[in-house]
Amino acid sequence: MPGLGARLGRGGATTPLQDLANSDCVVIMGANMAENHPVGFRFVVQARERGATVIHVDPRFTRTSALSDVHVPLRAGSDMVFLGALINYVLQNRLYFEEYVKRYTNAPVIVGGEFRDTEDLAGLFSGYNPDERRYDPHSWRFAGQESSPALSDDPNQDAQAYNQRVGRTDHPLRTDPSLEDPRCVFQVVKRHFARYTPEMVERLCGVPTALFLSVAEAITKNSGADRTTSFAYAVAWTQHTTGTQMISCCAILQLLLGNIGRPGGGIMALRGHATIQGSTDIPTLYNLLPGYLPMPSTAERHATLASYLDAVRAPTGWWHNAPKYAVSLLKAYYGESAQEANDFAYDLLPKIGGDYSFQPMLLMMKDRALTGLFCMGQNPAVGGQNARLAREALAKLDWLVVRDIVETESATFWRDSPEVRDGSVRPEEIGTEIFVLPAALTPEKDGSYTNTQRLVQWHDKAVEPPGDARSEAWFVVDLARRLKDLYGEETTPAARQLAALSWYYPTDARGEPDLDAVVAEINGYAVADGTLVPGYDALRADGSTACGCWIYSGIMPEPGRNLARQRAGDARAALDWGFAWPANRRVLYNRASARPDGTPWSERKRWVWWDAGEGRWTGHDVPDFPVTKPPDYRPRDGAEGMDAHSGDAPFVMLADGKGQLYAAVGLRDGPLPTHYEPWETPVANRLYPDQERSPTAKLLERPDNPYHRPRDPRFPHVLTTYRLTEHHTAGAMSRFVPWLAELQPEGFAEIDPVLAARLQVSSRDPIVISTLRGEIETNALVTSRLQPLQVDGRPLHQVGLPWHYGFGGIATGAIANDLAALIEDPNSFIHEGKSFTCAVRAGRLDGRGDATQEGEGSP
Amino acid sequence: MTLSTSDRSPLTGTTGARAGALGFLTDVSLCIGCKACEVACKQWNQLPADSGTGITGLTGFSYDNTVDLGATTWRHVAFVEQAATTVDRTWEAPGAPGSPTAWLMLSDVCKHCVHAGCLEACPTGAIVRTEFDTVVIQQDVCNGCGYCVPACPFGVPQLGDTDRKAHKCTLCYDRLVDGLEPACAKACPTESIRFGPIAELLPRALDRVEQLQERGVAGAHLYGDRAIGGTGGMEGLNALFVLTAPPEVFNLPAAPELPQRKVLPALVSTAIAAVAFILGSGAALRGRR
Repeated sequence: MPGLGARLGRGGATTPLQDLANSDCVVIMGANMAENHPVGFRFVVQARERGATVIHVDPRFTRTSALSDVHVPLRAGSDMVFLGALINYVLQNRLYFEEYVKRYTNAPVIVGGEFRDTEDLAGLFSGYNPDERRYDPHSWRFAGQESSPALSDDPNQDAQAYNQRVGRTDHPLRTDPSLEDPRCVFQVVKRHFARYTPEMVERLCGVPTALFLSVAEAITKNSGADRTTSFAYAVAWTQHTTGTQMISCCAILQLLLGNIGRPGGGIMALRGHATIQGSTDIPTLYNLLPGYLPMPSTAERHATLASYLDAVRAPTGWWHNAPKYAVSLLKAYYGESAQEANDFAYDLLPKIGGDYSFQPMLLMMKDRALTGLFCMGQNPAVGGQNARLAREALAKLDWLVVRDIVETESATFWRDSPEVRDGSVRPEEIGTEIFVLPAALTPEKDGSYTNTQRLVQWHDKAVEPPGDARSEAWFVVDLARRLKDLYGEETTPAARQLAALSWYYPTDARGEPDLDAVVAEINGYAVADGTLVPGYDALRADGSTACGCWIYSGIMPEPGRNLARQRAGDARAALDWGFAWPANRRVLYNRASARPDGTPWSERKRWVWWDAGEGRWTGHDVPDFPVTKPPDYRPRDGAEGMDAHSGDAPFVMLADGKGQLYAAVGLRDGPLPTHYEPWETPVANRLYPDQERSPTAKLLERPDNPYHRPRDPRFPHVLTTYRLTEHHTAGAMSRFVPWLAELQPEGFAEIDPVLAARLQVSSRDPIVISTLRGEIETNALVTSRLQPLQVDGRPLHQVGLPWHYGFGGIATGAIANDLAALIEDPNSFIHEGKSFTCAVRAGRLDGRGDATQEGEGSP
Repeated sequence: MTLSTSDRSPLTGTTGARAGALGFLTDVSLCIGCKACEVACKQWNQLPADSGTGITGLTGFSYDNTVDLGATTWRHVAFVEQAATTVDRTWEAPGAPGSPTAWLMLSDVCKHCVHAGCLEACPTGAIVRTEFDTVVIQQDVCNGCGYCVPACPFGVPQLGDTDRKAHKCTLCYDRLVDGLEPACAKACPTESIRFGPIAELLPRALDRVEQLQERGVAGAHLYGDRAIGGTGGMEGLNALFVLTAPPEVFNLPAAPELPQRKVLPALVSTAIAAVAFILGSGAALRGRR
């Protein structure tokens, strides 16, 4: 989540779900929380029962809208216009939280003279290179900043990993505490958002001005010293070519309103599915190491350990400690083989030289650059964007291992896919050797989930898995052992890597590894005697400590005492329930819940405060701040690390400790969010007519992955994909289960009554939805919960398509992702599944039925 | 039916439930339609999916694909899509345009009536009243006659497709005896389904109705007391509901009646008709002569 990382310092939800119950206003946007996070939604229900206003901004009226006070239907992909207009409303009407903005954000900082805004350059920031579709961020620097911002010069590197360099300075930044200097961040932001007006919201989002204003009033009325508003978003913000900036835009709004770091405030990043937060903390991503350390690249800057550590160590702020975490990680990976003399085996760590994220991987498989795949808990034949291409890619592999609880479509595509059924692909032409290995279900294994609020919760095995089914830990531990044996005699780099890998996990009679040993390694220990460290403060860069993931350090402070097992709740921070990273803090940046002088902003919103008598920060939560640093502390010249932060700098991970209204570095598509249309759009960008779409979106266009041009009359409707409560992602865990399958037994597409009347279809009638990637046939579900919108003076129809369905299991349906395209947000490499264009016709794929072709251009 | 009339009924908030009766309170204003109750019920009671009943595909009725309570569906969530004008919203900005629609969800269940039609109709004694004042069908005694099916004014008991015995919600009798709450209430994430003694649930329901009405939800009312829902000889229901729209919207009868109460009037009217027929035909025959 680089959007939150660049502005606030950490790529995670700033607040626990339970804290939503303390909100005075909850805005759910880019999420369908009641349907996809029903258990967490209970706290929104609680907030509403306590009198909070709940607002749902979404193209569709969903089960979330049903439990909200107001539903704002808007055009999918226009979220930034709405958010930008909220920011403009707050600034124009002077409704921002002035003291918070002046003291806790970088609003007073002067931006360098080279910077040019999208206002000056017709939709582009300064530093754009059109040939490479990239920005050189040097001109975005703050005034007087001598060293250049250290954004990765490698476009494949994760931008998030460089957030620590935000605001890096050789001396204190120039500021104007009055916020009046025309080049201070506050004024730059104000000018940038000036064109985001309520009228523009009406024109581009299709939201009536009065409705927009009532939302703006509710949010601002419920923000301030005594009230807080929270935002909740999910993948309906991330799955855009501008997704990262939508999230970062929300962070700007919440900083201006003073809602970050305070109870009932914050940004609730609802993760797409179980433990997806955990899978970025201890990443399954190709470009991050555990704890958000950047994966070394083949760039010169990462050639040696010294240069890598120099690149990741920020002069000021928390990331000054990065070498301790990086070296401890190498010690955890390579044990005895990692010594100071050999740079802790840094040379063994793989270095990345390209974009190996999910979408390019599919293309590499199809092009035979990758010839083998382990597919564990993922079903790309259904869940991959441009899913037909994904299946064609699987069909080009030499071997494919599918480890899952059922035989998913990714294991059966060769005999059962739509293209096999229609005869266009013959099974005997597919050479892939497929190994299907049975996986244990959650209750059949020990393990943990790191949920959406960074909370690690342990679960114990309840029953033995059936037959040959085993846990992932069993599989991975055994696989590595076999590989170590297999490569034991060789001296190739790969064999050296395997040989050096510290792999000592004890196993039980069934071969299941002892997960306490894994948790202990994650927690960290002294190398000399194996003593567990109490937390990441004890980690060292000299090789005396080992730690598998520094942000989880403290999860097992003593042998056998796994804090993720804790289950004592309470009505406040519930510190004895599970373990939340970092250091069991629940509300992040909670220094901001107190005034600059350390006293609570109000009695009602008391959370963490300075106890002058004791000389320490205290409160309901673990303070997210050096616990004895007084509020009036001021750094001396040349101070490093946390010593360089003053006592009123709540955003400890960032170089200057302040919330970044303007992010000089950390985001590839600009220091400020800008509304660009989705790559495929039926609407003209009236805000930036000369730069309609993202200048930096990563395009993967090729003959088997074509894009629609803007306003292509062949594809007049906006298509948005989503999930249902009744099913889980690509369906392996739900479509094969009779009790869940019967609840939503077949695929369907939701269409509004006006479009249905024009197509002359009713619910359950077959319709065909098409894009240049493919065509699918599905059932129409006609509902007034979808309404045509008036956008830019013309009616616009949105088609809603659940993407769970596939050809396997009990609940079946056409694969929605056959319609989607491979395309990437430049920061997160996430695709644009929430807004692309399509055509719809009545009838069946094979031409049977009453096919009423829509007249082109008819409204 | 106008609710204001019923609200004035002296029977409002009264029930004939026996002391210690346990039951449900299901609150439509808190339901998010997640169907966790349906699944938890089927899992605990090991009920099969409904595919045997002929519903195998998409119904097209909003998000409702299990359609009704039946032999294998003992909790059922109804989905009602409505125009916003018929539902009260608590949005505080007056004059703000409302949402285009509202979507009501209600988890229906056996009512475990204080006087249960199914129990009274059962000729074999298979249907019994438990120590928790709930109504349970014993399949090992049931002979599958099906008398209970039309005897229920809510259409709850149904004969199973495979065993031809009557089935319905047991209020998780096997959990209650172990001191556990029913599976559906346990699974509900928003406390839309509450379980407990009727003596506690009834005042809670009345408070909730008052609270909703104060917030401007004028249609909020209790279903299952002797004024609405528990009428017609049933003397109240042990499954109470807080509704925000008239009961018919959720396919619940506003003034259900035990069919048994129609036996005597039916007998009398049949007798009168018979006598009238005899007299009439006699007169007609005589007239012919």
